[in-house]
This record gives sequence, structure tokens and C-alpha cells, in this order.
Amino acid sequence: MASIKIRARSKGGETTVKTLISHPMETGLRKDNAGKAIPAHFISEVTAEHNGKPVMTAHWGTGISKNPYLSFVFDGGNSGDTIKISWTDNTGASDSAE
Amino acid sequence: MTTKRRTLLKGALASSAAAVAAGAGILTPRALFAAWPQAAFEARNVDDALNGLGGANATPSDEINIKAPDIAENGAVVPVTVSTTLANVESISIVASKNNQPLTSTYMLPAGTQAFVSTRIKMASTSDVIALVTAGGNVYSASKEVKVTIGGCGG
Repeated sequence: MASIKIRARSKGGETTVKTLISHPMETGLRKDNAGKAIPAHFISEVTAEHNGKPVMTAHWGTGISKNPYLSFVFDGGNSGDTIKISWTDNTGASDSAE
Repeated sequence: MTTKRRTLLKGALASSAAAVAAGAGILTPRALFAAWPQAAFEARNVDDALNGLGGANATPSDEINIKAPDIAENGAVVPVTVSTTLANVESISIVASKNNQPLTSTYMLPAGTQAFVSTRIKMASTSDVIALVTAGGNVYSASKEVKVTIGGCGG
């Protein structure tokens, strides 16, 4: 499951991380053609680690767009360092990428 | 009913596991936020959502910069960037005030991570985007109106 794309660039002592995750992010409010509600299915937690040290934790609700984009900046970081992003959704599914 | 309870249980499990992971390397003040704040996310109006985040008495601040389009053509994908020059930022939350569930997201930023997040949110209709920043134990807020023109006719 390669659901996560990560791009990181370090410049001037700080590293910018950009992430795209493919995920439906259903709110649970939409209805299908038969009028039945589509159950909620969204990412509730995203964590990012730089060389094993947490640099960001995000709690998400249903208000985040489908196929979420996320970008953040942390101090330090060199090319070749490991950045690990993991997510967990409300059905318990999860994925991570480095 | 049973299926709903199942997902709730799983959600609770997932967030507790994450709380353990978060607790390992992070100091105590952030532990308050370690569990997924269910009450805040399930709140149906802005006041409840802000209360759930402890932001009922947030101080308006002009040191918070919200970068979002004045007019969003598609409410399902509204790019929002929040940054601030406040010191000791612990978390940033983004709230879309007229959404069915106004709280979209909360970001916990440990020391060494800059006070900057950028993401894309859904907006039900034209409303204010509110950014809540917790810094040094205080809560600050700022807001920006985004017009949503679903249908693309500029109305």
C-alpha cells in the first residue's frame, strides 16, 4: 500500500516536508444513489518522525479534503535523513512510509 | 447500531495507541492533547468546537497569518496555510465555522518544528476560517472569511 507520497527539501537549516496521502475521507454525511448514508471513513491521526524523533502529530476530522495534502517545516535535517509519516483512520486501517 | 459501536471502539483503540507513541518523546503539557479530542471533533457548532479545544476565551492575535483564497471555487478543496510569529507554539487548529463538524484538524508541534502548517480543507459554505494557536499556555485566534462558490458562477 503505497498511499503516501513524501517530498522533503532542506535549505538553510530547515526542512520543508510535503505529503500527499490517498484516502477517500468520507464524512458520513453523503448519501449514495439509493439514499443510504455512506459510512464515515477518514484519517484521524497523522504522525511524522525525523530520524525517529516526532516532529509533528496531527488530529484530523472529517473536514479535511479527500486525498489530503499536508505540509510543515521543522528545524535541522539533512539530505539522507529518514522521515517517516504514518496515518491511522477511523476504521483502524493504517499505513506508513519513509 | 452495533457497527457504529464497533468503529467507535476501534477509534478509541487507535487513538490510545497513538497517545502512547506521542507520550514517549513529548513533554507533559502536550499529553493533554495526546488523545484524539472526540468531543471537539464531533461538535456541531463553532462554540462547542472551540470549547472542546479550550479556546472559548481565545485572545485575538494579529501575529497569526492565515493564507487562504478570498474566493474558493470548490468548497471540497480549499487550500489553507496557517503560520504565526508567536513564540512557544504548541498546537495549531483549523476550524471552518459553518461546517457540519467545524473542527477540521489540530496539529501538535513539538519544539524544533516551526509554527507552520499547510493543508486542504472542506468548506460547506461561505464562512470564516478560524485558526487557533496554543502558545506558552495561552490560546490565540485569528479568522479569515472565505467565499465558497460551488457551481463556479461567482455567486
